[in-house]
Amino acid sequence: MTDQQIVEKINSSLAEEFEFDLGEMTPETSLFEDMGLDSLDVVDLVIVLETAFGMKIREEEAIRKIRTLGDIHSFVIAKKRQMENA
Amino acid sequence: MLLRRVVITGMGAISPFGRGVESLIQGLVAGRSGVVQVPALAGITGMRTRVAALATGVDPKEIPRKFRRSMSNMSVYATLACQEAARMAGLGEAELASGRLGVSIGSTTGSPQTMQEFFRDFNTDNSLERMKSTLFFHIMNHSCASNVAQALGITGRILAPAAACSTSCQAVGYAAEMIAMGRQELMLCGGADEFHPLTSGTFDIMNAASIAFNDSPTRTPRPFDRERDGIVCGEGSGILLLESLESARARGAGILAEITGFATNSDPASIANPNADAIAQCMRLALADAGVEPCQVDYLNAHATATEQGDIAECQAIAQLFGTATPVSSLKGHLGHAMAASGTLELAACVEMIRQGFLIPTLNLENVDPRCAGVTHVQGITRRPVQTVLKNNFALGGVNSSIILRRYQ
Repeated sequence: MTDQQIVEKINSSLAEEFEFDLGEMTPETSLFEDMGLDSLDVVDLVIVLETAFGMKIREEEAIRKIRTLGDIHSFVIAKKRQMENA
Repeated sequence: MLLRRVVITGMGAISPFGRGVESLIQGLVAGRSGVVQVPALAGITGMRTRVAALATGVDPKEIPRKFRRSMSNMSVYATLACQEAARMAGLGEAELASGRLGVSIGSTTGSPQTMQEFFRDFNTDNSLERMKSTLFFHIMNHSCASNVAQALGITGRILAPAAACSTSCQAVGYAAEMIAMGRQELMLCGGADEFHPLTSGTFDIMNAASIAFNDSPTRTPRPFDRERDGIVCGEGSGILLLESLESARARGAGILAEITGFATNSDPASIANPNADAIAQCMRLALADAGVEPCQVDYLNAHATATEQGDIAECQAIAQLFGTATPVSSLKGHLGHAMAASGTLELAACVEMIRQGFLIPTLNLENVDPRCAGVTHVQGITRRPVQTVLKNNFALGGVNSSIILRRYQ
């Protein structure tokens, strides 16, 4: 899976779950200020990503630092690469 | 007796006839049936009934995702019906958030659909790892009441009575008492339920669901009719906005009708079978609460779900108190049995019958069962002044409830 494919899968999964407009989703988009997500949504966001990419990330420290869509892209890409190299 | 006068200043409905009280009344007056075939029921082993009265015209996405994520269909129905009632009553955001307005809305259970989805997933590998954060808000018993309060920004009391088919009648009665006690000035009250095969199955296994009209759904249920063969389950929401007369007058609100009496009692003779004496006692208590004699009741809106035993017991009780003096009909023939929503959907229709001066007949009542005789059945739209109405609802669990409505004057 290329980085671009990963980004597209993240965006489409989140757009479906949280009813985002794909056209408004940029790496700079803030999940909280722009998209209006809250603490309940973050729980579900983790589940969506775990289901989409078949990985366990709930206990990852890095999750708590995520603020933008770009942060998610970087995190998942890094995690996927880590899994592939393991 | 209510210590203060309590009036109705708004109504809302989600029914098989679509969105709104106007659609509900139009469907009832036109003598339409909301019952349809539900093909999915055919795929369930042991399920003999294939019909239900499903809500129509609802787009859940009208409710912003922030609020909708904690809602199953029953909360969507309740929220849309409450928005209609608040609009009709001319309530703005400030009044909804004033603390003077509370919520009294119940359902039979929390969302059976969400429960099913959770356990279907959970049972695959005994894992909670895919459980969404909002699951609990769908399945908690006060899901409808809380979701309505969240979506409408209500800060007053929350009450969520649960007594199956008596739920919304109780929700209105308890709300009226709360207003009469001076604890709240306004209450959005009623019930909501969503259709799920579990509901139909519950009645089917007790041989109380309609199974003989699967190929002609609009001919069932048939309250009081000699060919009736049981309940047809439905869904939706009925909401009344109750208000103290003082508050309604101060706001200059349009007053639709008045609640003058309420009673509810338990029938320990059976958890399943209705009993004429207990029903009669419930109606007697409601009449006493309103301070009216049976001869002053112009119309009786029966619970009558078209079960063998229920319709007979109710008719016997009505005959005991009213004889043939008071016309009787049931709206289950049109609407099926919307469970927790049925009481307030039917009360909303009663309010319109009072306001417009007509009686709606029992749909599908063609030949009165001789065991349901002894009362006067309404079998066609009947124009007449309607001053006082008694409305019944009875529930599995031995819970009876009756409300007295009166034209406002």
